Amino acid sequence: MAEHVNIERRRQAIYGWLLLSPAAILLTTFAFYPSIATLWTSLFSRGTRRNPTEFVGGENYTDLFADPTFWLVVKNNLIYAAATIPISIFIALGMALWANSKIPARGFVRTAYFTPTVLPMIAAANLWLFFYTPGLGVLDQIGSLFGLPSINWLGQPETALWAVIIVTIWKEAGFFMIFYLAALQTIPEDLKEAADIEGASRFTYTRRIVLPLLMPTTLFIMVNALINSVKLIDHLFILTKGGPNDASKLILYYIWEMAFAFFDAPHAAAMTILVLIVLGIVAGIKFTYLDKRTHYQ
Amino acid sequence: MTQAETFVNVDNVAKRWNGQLGVEEVSLSIPRGSFVALLGPSGCGKSTTLRLLSGLELPDEGRISIGGRDVTTTAPSERNLSMVFQSYALFPHLSVAENVIFGLRVRKTPRAERQEKLKRALEITGLLGYEQRKPGELSGGQRQRVALARAIVANQPLCLMDEPLSNLDAKLRASVRKDIKKLQLDLGMTVIYVTHDQTEAMSMADLVVLMKDGHIQQSGAPEDLYYRPNNTFVAEFVGSPPMALIEGSALPGFEGVARIGLRAENVQVTKSGDGRMTCKVSECEFLGSETFIGLTHPGTTGLTVSMPGLRHIPAGEELEITFSDEDLHFFDAAGQRMERLTGAPVN
Repeated sequence: MAEHVNIERRRQAIYGWLLLSPAAILLTTFAFYPSIATLWTSLFSRGTRRNPTEFVGGENYTDLFADPTFWLVVKNNLIYAAATIPISIFIALGMALWANSKIPARGFVRTAYFTPTVLPMIAAANLWLFFYTPGLGVLDQIGSLFGLPSINWLGQPETALWAVIIVTIWKEAGFFMIFYLAALQTIPEDLKEAADIEGASRFTYTRRIVLPLLMPTTLFIMVNALINSVKLIDHLFILTKGGPNDASKLILYYIWEMAFAFFDAPHAAAMTILVLIVLGIVAGIKFTYLDKRTHYQ
Repeated sequence: MTQAETFVNVDNVAKRWNGQLGVEEVSLSIPRGSFVALLGPSGCGKSTTLRLLSGLELPDEGRISIGGRDVTTTAPSERNLSMVFQSYALFPHLSVAENVIFGLRVRKTPRAERQEKLKRALEITGLLGYEQRKPGELSGGQRQRVALARAIVANQPLCLMDEPLSNLDAKLRASVRKDIKKLQLDLGMTVIYVTHDQTEAMSMADLVVLMKDGHIQQSGAPEDLYYRPNNTFVAEFVGSPPMALIEGSALPGFEGVARIGLRAENVQVTKSGDGRMTCKVSECEFLGSETFIGLTHPGTTGLTVSMPGLRHIPAGEELEITFSDEDLHFFDAAGQRMERLTGAPVN
């Protein structure tokens, strides 16, 4: 009897481990090990032929904090995040509310909004390059109709970062809209009817009923938008390459440059660790503080 | 009850979707303070009628007035009514208290008054102590009561209920039925209540409106529908078991009548030789105080006899039955009630 129970228990344990192993192996190979290896690398000096690699502790980090480019890139990325996250979420919500109402050609509207998401970022960047090009670009062509001077949107430090931000918003809003649209469709029709009978205006209904019920989706989208604000740099390669004068350089682009253009792996690793720490802290806040204030159905 | 003035008036209303279904030629006159049940099988247009009254749908034809005011195209919130939905339509992220006072908040009722009304509504529905719970943390019956509380807190003269009990189990249904009826009497509300359950309609309503295919088949007091069905549909819908229909040709002496209705309680089993019809037993249904015995006979549908106590008669056995002519209902070829037989022999 006892033996039978033991075998059964062991069988269950093996079964459990088997289910767990694909995720465990993949995550270990591609997430846990690289993170730890990165942390390890960031603590050593860059090896050259004459000076072999040696343990330097936090020196790579202090180097970074003393590097004005690093602070510029951090500032750029903060502006990038502070602009792309709220604006793309806001536009996505507005588009979803509109595409969810009874409008003509609803299918077409939804498809149109979603198209930027389907395009690869590189293709989207090429498209926007065509918009932004001074003289030939669509923006300048339209501007010249009204007698406006030609503007090199990507070529001047004041506008380059914002030009990049707009491309990102354009790309992300349609993607987030799909999540909002799906969430909106899970809200039963009769809640609207109940609110109508109580005399709630469309605005009150949206503010008091729809937005709170969309909170889980908003939280999910916020986490995604945050990750993307660090991750989404493909268009920089096409549009600005971080310039002019580092005005549109973002952290991940800087890390890539450090590691593969300047071959300075330790400093790139140190920067990666800093990014991981910041993202971890923000995600922690979101999942503890905001999660408690969110209603899940 | 005394015949009070007409409170809700529906005049020849029609609503169609893409030219079909919906309701046609619906006219109703509902006295103030009455309890009206819209009864019928699914798809008969009873819910549509209720939604037309609420203003959630607008009629294609006809007029609707509430309290003497024409509200045919008025917004739902301007009609001074409350509504209980089949799904309850509670806001899942709001607490019981917030759900109940949602409308009061929208209407900017002062805080003190709001709290007082909330307390009273929760008292009436027995929900005190549940103020801070979310709908997801309540049982089905409690949710139903929150929906009721939300409907009564605004103290509107008219309350519409769309199958409010259909998500409850049978036992709870019976007790909530009594609660709703009592509430309606205590508050003096006019209630219009949609249901497909005739027990609910018959036991609660002052006026039952039986619908089929978008048309009103009969509207009247429950006893009218039971004792004087307008047509064969009403006869076969109302009552448990429903009225049996016998073709005139199957009953000697009534060859001139298309169909004859007969209720189970008016049928007696008699010893062989004395009966007016000889039928075969098809099944026995034991209900405690009585047993319904289903009978088959050529030219009849739904013939049943009720016998007291437990009976067990094997299927296929022959029974002779008798009944008196006063208990018969006569219908013409179109299924309409015929008042009295003209020219036909009376045995």
